[in-house]
Formats: sequence, structure tokens, C-alpha cells
Amino acid sequence: MAVMVGKGAMTNSIEELASTDLLLVAGSNTTEAHPVISIRMKRAVRNGAKLIVIDPRKIELTKWATRHLQINIGTDIPLFNALAHVMINEDLYDREYVESRTEGFEELAKHVQLYTPEYAAEVCGVPAEDIIATAREYAAASGKAAICYTLGITEHSCGSHNVQSIANLGMLGGNFGKPNAGVNPLRGQNNVQGASDSGALPTDLPGYQKIERPGVREKFEKAWKSELPKHRGITKITAMDQMLRGKVRGVYIMGENTVISDPNTNHAQAALEATDFIVVQDIFMTDTAKLADVVLPAASFAESDGTFANSERRVQRVRPAIKPVGEARTDVDILLNVMSRFGVVQNLHTASDVWDEMRQLSPLFGGITYDRLDVEGGIQWPCPTEDHPGTQYLHKDEMDSGMPGYFAPVDHIPPAEPADSEYPLILTTGRRRSTYHTGTQTGRATGFDLLVPSELAEINPYDAEQLELVDGQTVTVSSRRGSVEVPVKITDRSPHGTIFMSFAFPELTQTNRLTSDAYDFITETPEFKACAVRIDQIKESLATTD
Amino acid sequence: MTLQVKNRLNVEVNGITVSCGTDSRVLDALRSAGFDVPTLCFDERSGPQGTCRMCLVDVEVNGQNQQVAACTAFVSEQMSIETHSDSITDYRKTILELLLSETSSPANCPKCISFKKCELHTTAEEYGAKWDAFPSLITREKANDDNPFIQRDYDYCISCFRCTNICNDWEQAGAITVEGRGQNNSIASFFNNNLLESPCTFCGQCINTCPTGALTDKKIVGTIKAENIERTKTICPYCGVGCGIHLLTEDGKLKGTEPDFEAPSRGSLCVKGQFASWEFVKSEERLKYPLIKENGTFRRASWNEALDLVTSRFTEIRDESGPDSLVCWSSARSVTEANYLMQKFARIGIGTNNIDNCSRT
Repeated sequence: MAVMVGKGAMTNSIEELASTDLLLVAGSNTTEAHPVISIRMKRAVRNGAKLIVIDPRKIELTKWATRHLQINIGTDIPLFNALAHVMINEDLYDREYVESRTEGFEELAKHVQLYTPEYAAEVCGVPAEDIIATAREYAAASGKAAICYTLGITEHSCGSHNVQSIANLGMLGGNFGKPNAGVNPLRGQNNVQGASDSGALPTDLPGYQKIERPGVREKFEKAWKSELPKHRGITKITAMDQMLRGKVRGVYIMGENTVISDPNTNHAQAALEATDFIVVQDIFMTDTAKLADVVLPAASFAESDGTFANSERRVQRVRPAIKPVGEARTDVDILLNVMSRFGVVQNLHTASDVWDEMRQLSPLFGGITYDRLDVEGGIQWPCPTEDHPGTQYLHKDEMDSGMPGYFAPVDHIPPAEPADSEYPLILTTGRRRSTYHTGTQTGRATGFDLLVPSELAEINPYDAEQLELVDGQTVTVSSRRGSVEVPVKITDRSPHGTIFMSFAFPELTQTNRLTSDAYDFITETPEFKACAVRIDQIKESLATTD
Repeated sequence: MTLQVKNRLNVEVNGITVSCGTDSRVLDALRSAGFDVPTLCFDERSGPQGTCRMCLVDVEVNGQNQQVAACTAFVSEQMSIETHSDSITDYRKTILELLLSETSSPANCPKCISFKKCELHTTAEEYGAKWDAFPSLITREKANDDNPFIQRDYDYCISCFRCTNICNDWEQAGAITVEGRGQNNSIASFFNNNLLESPCTFCGQCINTCPTGALTDKKIVGTIKAENIERTKTICPYCGVGCGIHLLTEDGKLKGTEPDFEAPSRGSLCVKGQFASWEFVKSEERLKYPLIKENGTFRRASWNEALDLVTSRFTEIRDESGPDSLVCWSSARSVTEANYLMQKFARIGIGTNNIDNCSRT
């Protein structure tokens, strides 16, 4: 999305979702992954908004939906292209907006001619009439329609093209730069926005300033009184390949359970095992920490000072309630110490000092101070100056990039690993409400075992019958990369041919032993949402869970 | 949702003139004039119910006098509102005493003991309402529900229905309802099941809206004393919504969490933020000191020793294979400031742009 309109972040705010006329939710199991945002979506429905859910699974949110487009996994682009097709061919798009604010419309119009609703219906497995009706409704709500999407869109090998096909639709509907509208990626982890904001990216310095853009590097070299490496760095995915080839020999991992959370566990583990020296800084002895040469005990959020930036670009203060346990130290303290050992001279002592240095180098958050955060609560970037109130929604008078919005003609790319006779089912992974990520935190909360006791492979009743499975029975799920044992849950939430698992119970079921190496070639986001698997009965044991 | 300029009108509250929208309620008007009345059944998120009658005020419009519930009544032109006349104050006290007669002694109220003085007992004190002014009318049986999250104590329920309203109208979870009629009503899940067998998502909003000690956080209640609690305003450590929470501490020890109603999230939380955001911090399995691996096993090390080793090994590798043979992965779980330092360390400490975060997984 950054390529087309400037920045990859929610264009609008969470609270605005309750006041839209139409909500199009794609690849987001919102009631489970973002329960508090789903409350705003349900409110919108109660206020009279239409809710259209695009998801291969019959997720809980479909109970509130006007329509569920239950598409085949990985067929988002044909669907969104067909929606664009209908809007263009029936002359329903926001012509004034397209003419004044965008470029590339003619190419898009030509490109989507191939994507008739009938063609998309066949590829996506949904009725053509539903596609046509959705396009008409989205167009009718022009300027007041919000699209929300999550990892169901991005965690595909065509993830960035998925996003571009969605942004095309957003621009055709004239939904950028208006309240209660926009195109909104709902971010996963508490500070995933802040981590990227801070410049912890191989291509970007703080505030999304491109390291290879003229003048940027020089500005930071002057401020940091040090030379900066000129060329972009490598992503995690590339780094893991280079570990196996001996090109990357050392890694410093802060607060991440790579082995469990990354795709193809065996590959991730082999990569780290091939690395000469590993430092892990974390709060628990995770499976990743077990592979380290040095483990540094970090403070938890409850012991740390600083800020998190949420999904709606809102910077909010994190404050310590207690001292770190044992000899644990905050991430900021540890890194300040490490940096001084590497000869970095800087007059920084507290999180507040660090924030001030960062904001002075990044116009995006230049006006956000700790003092303001204490008084005003959260502030949404962009906020360039201290008298700027922050930005509720982006692209108001022009695209945030200062450029027109560029339409991106994109084509359907099926998932890298389709089902076949050997591995006839598709595994899609995701989240459940009462577990978080790899379970290191929710797994330690009392009572949570009563809500979801273990990993479950959700399977459609038809598939279960074919495989002669009973509910709760433990089976082996295998892919070309590995296999795990897991109890099955028979439910029509899963469509025919697809099973669903999370990855929050690594002690018993390491789901990512199954997932594939495929990733999006632009963002290098892994394809967690589709890989081919097989289910086998476990012969000897009739073990069931309970 | 149209960009229509809302019409405004003036009303008088206790002699002060305020301007408000024509669609304002009397409660909005009197609050904007700087006054307040008790609102035991009102939660701004699920809207007015008008059942507790505590917010009754005297209004005069065109010479007509009447008493209206401020939460439900709309303002009108020429309206004059009086919030604390003697008769209304006396009336509120009587309602409070009737409500109190349905509850157990304020001295044992779970919310007042473990969290903070509850709305019912705060208001009772304000109006000098006595608990034993009327004969006790506790008629409900004790709730039988062994879920580990929500404690239900009917002895403090005043049938305000804020919990069922927040569950059905705001969360739209539809987990709880009112069972029975009149004095025998109670809050229950449908068909009187255990909450674990209901559609309850354990978001905890019923606990937080409850104006009495009838619903409390079972993990915390009884383990902490209200007068000792310190609250630290911070952000939930789970997803990217970034809901505001308060961490509760007593003598420097972490004892629980509560939602922060002042935050942009308006008090919303899910099961993780409400019930799983603090126990892991106190887990015995937390890493408490640096570790160095020798011959395949970890041994305890001092900070100096551990950081010396990091420095010497990273420097060796950089000297042998160049700065791009090292990579740093920072964390979407840690604060932005730590992420900033990590990228600065990679770039000028080591000399590589090989810095990434876990946003792709």
C-alpha cells in the first residue's frame, strides 16, 4: 500500500469504524484477533451499516454480515479485480475523485476487463450476482465505506498484490481522505506499528525515511556523528537463508520467538543452529532462546518505560508499575549499555531521551512529546509540530505522499503450494481470541486452559466423514516439511478441503513445522495462509484430548 | 452522517445558561454546565435505560413543572433544570435506601474492599442513605458458577441491568440476561448455564460497568485492599488495538489490571487484556539473570560477563566476515524506543542495515 498511497498504516481510526455506511472486511477474523475493533464493527451494523465479510472460513463475524463472500483461499485478487470491473463498467466509480487524485486509471480499466464477475465467480467459488451486488453497494456508499483487512490478505505469496487490488478499490470508491472510510490494515502485535515507525527495517531509517533516498543518510550521519552503511540491509527471511549458507554468522534477537512463530520451523531452527553466535534478549526461555549462546533477561511491559504505537498510528505511553524481576533490565537499558561497548557515543539515558532524539529526526512524530502524551493521552501521527493535534485520518487534502494515488493493475497468483493427491487439504493458520501468538504469555494465565485447552485442527464435517474422524480425535497432520499431532474439531467454520490451526501451543503442537517457505516477493511476508497437508489416523493409539 | 450543522438551543441549569445540541439529553446539558447527578443504571456506551430513577431532576418548560430522568429526557427550548432541590435530594435518598435494603452490608462489599468504593456505596454516602433504613429484602440464592474469571454475588445486585445491556447492546455477545421477575429477578446466562458454556467471551465489561460489588474480577477480588492500591496508566501488551489499562500494584507488587476508561479505547478490553495481561509478568519462569551457554548447557553469568562476550564475539565476526555477516532482529513486542536503539546499534554500532522486526510474522 505504501507504494500506491504513501504509507502502510490504517488510513482511518478505530472509533470511526462504528460510523461507516459500509464495511468490507477481508481476511480478518476480527472477533478473534481484534475483539475490541469487532465491537466497533458490530456497532456499525447496529447503526445500519452493511457488513460484507470476505473470508474462506465461516468466521464468527459472518453472523453480523449482510453477505459472506466465502472465497477459495488465495483468490482475493480476482475478486477485487472483478469488483473494480463492475464499478468501472457500470460507471459507478467516483469519477471526480479518480480524475483529481489518482493516476493510472486507464490502465486499470483495461486490465480488469478480463476479470468479469463470471470469471471471478468461477475462480473464487462465489456467485457472480454476489460480486456484482457487492460492487454496487460499495459504490453506493462512496466516501463512507471502510475496508479492513489483516493477515488473511498479507500472509500470501501474492500478499502485496492483494493489498494493491484492495487499494485500487478504495480509490475507485473515493474512500481515501474521508472520515469513516479508508483502507485499514489492522495491525497484529501491540507495537508492530512502533517497531516499523522506529526504523527497525532494512530499508528505512526512523519515520519511514528511505536510506537510499538522497539526503536522508547524510541527515542521520550528521545527527549521529557517524558514517552509515549505504545499501539496504536484508530481511529476516533472507537472513535465514544466508545463515544456512554461512554468510550470516551472528544474530541479536530481541523479544521474538522466531523458531515457533516463523514458517517452516525445521528450516528456521536449522538456520539458527548454523549460526556461529546468537544473542537472545527475552522475558522467558523460549524455544528460540534455547538455541542462543547468550541469553539476556529483559523487563516485561509492566516494568518498562516508553511508548507503543497502535494500529491507528496512535502513540501511547507505556509506564512501569514495578521494578524488573531479578536482575532483568529494560530493553532500553540493555541496548544503551551494549551500544556504549561498541563505541557509540550518545547522551541518552532514559526512554524519554531516546524518544526525543527519534522525534527530532522524524517529522512524522516531531510534535509528539512525553509531556503531551501525559496530558492528551495518545496522539496519532503524522504530527509534525508541537501545536499540531495529530491526524485522525490520512490523505485528507491530498495523498499523504504528496503524489497522486497510483492504481496498480495486478493479476491473480495462486498460492505457491496447491493441494494435490498426496497432500489433498489446505492448511490455513491464524489466531484465536483467548490465545496470543506463541502462547508464552496467555499460556501462563490461570483459567485459560478452560477456554481453549490445546491446539485444534478445525475440519469441515464432510472432510471429517471422508477421513472417518470423530470430534476430538488426535490425528497426524503432515506437510512436505514436517508433521504434528493435534486433536481435530469438526466444524463448518472450515470450508470443504481446508483445515485451520493456530500456533499457540508449541509444547504439544508446533504448527509452523507444517507451513511453507513461500513468501511475498516484495515484502517477504510468509505465506502462512495456505500450504498443502494430509491428515492421517494415528494407528496404535486411540488417544483423545480432555 | 450528513454534514449538516446541528441546531443548538439554550437551557438553564441551576441558573447557569448552557448551549447544547437539540438532540442532547438533559444529562448532557447538566454535565456540560458542570453539575452531576447519580446515574446507577447508565453507561454512556450502551446508552440510557431510565430504570434506576436516581437521575430524576426538576424541569420547567413554559411554566410547566415536571420531574424527568435526565438520562432519557431530551432538552427543549426554554427548559430550566434544577438538579438538587430538597424534594429531589430526599427522593434520591429514599431510592438509595430501598436499593440498599436489597443488598448485604456495605462493610462487606467486594468491590469496595478490593478495588475502590463502588458507585452505589459512594452515592449512598453522598446522600446519607442508610443501609438498614428498611427491612432487608435479600431474596436471591447464591450463584453457582465455577468459572475462574467472573465472580457473581447477587447479594449486591441492584437490578440496574448495566451488565446485560453492555453484554447485549455494546459487546453484542448475548451471554447474559435477566432471569425471573420482580424481587426474584437475577442475572444469569441463558438457560442458567455455567458462563463457560455460554457465548460469554470473558471480555470483562460486565464487571467493569457493574456499579456495585455484584460482579468482580475473580482473580483479583480478595487478594488486594482498595486503600493500598496504586494504579499505573499504561497500554495492554497484546494486540495492535492498544487498549488502555491500569496496572494495579500493592507494596510494589503487581496484583492485577483494570481497563482505563479515559483512554481512546473507552474501557474496552478482550479476555486477554482483562484476564491475561499480568500473571505472566510474575511467572516463576521469567528469566532473572543473564545466561551463557557452555558445552551445550546454560550457566548463570553476570551482566558484565554476558555483555563482554556479546561484544567480543560480534566484533570478531565483524572483523572476519564484515558487518553484513551480522543481523539484528528487533521486537514488535517491545517499546518503540528500544526498537529505535536496536536499529541505531545495527547501523552505527555494527555498521550494517541488516535490521528487521517481526512485523512479517
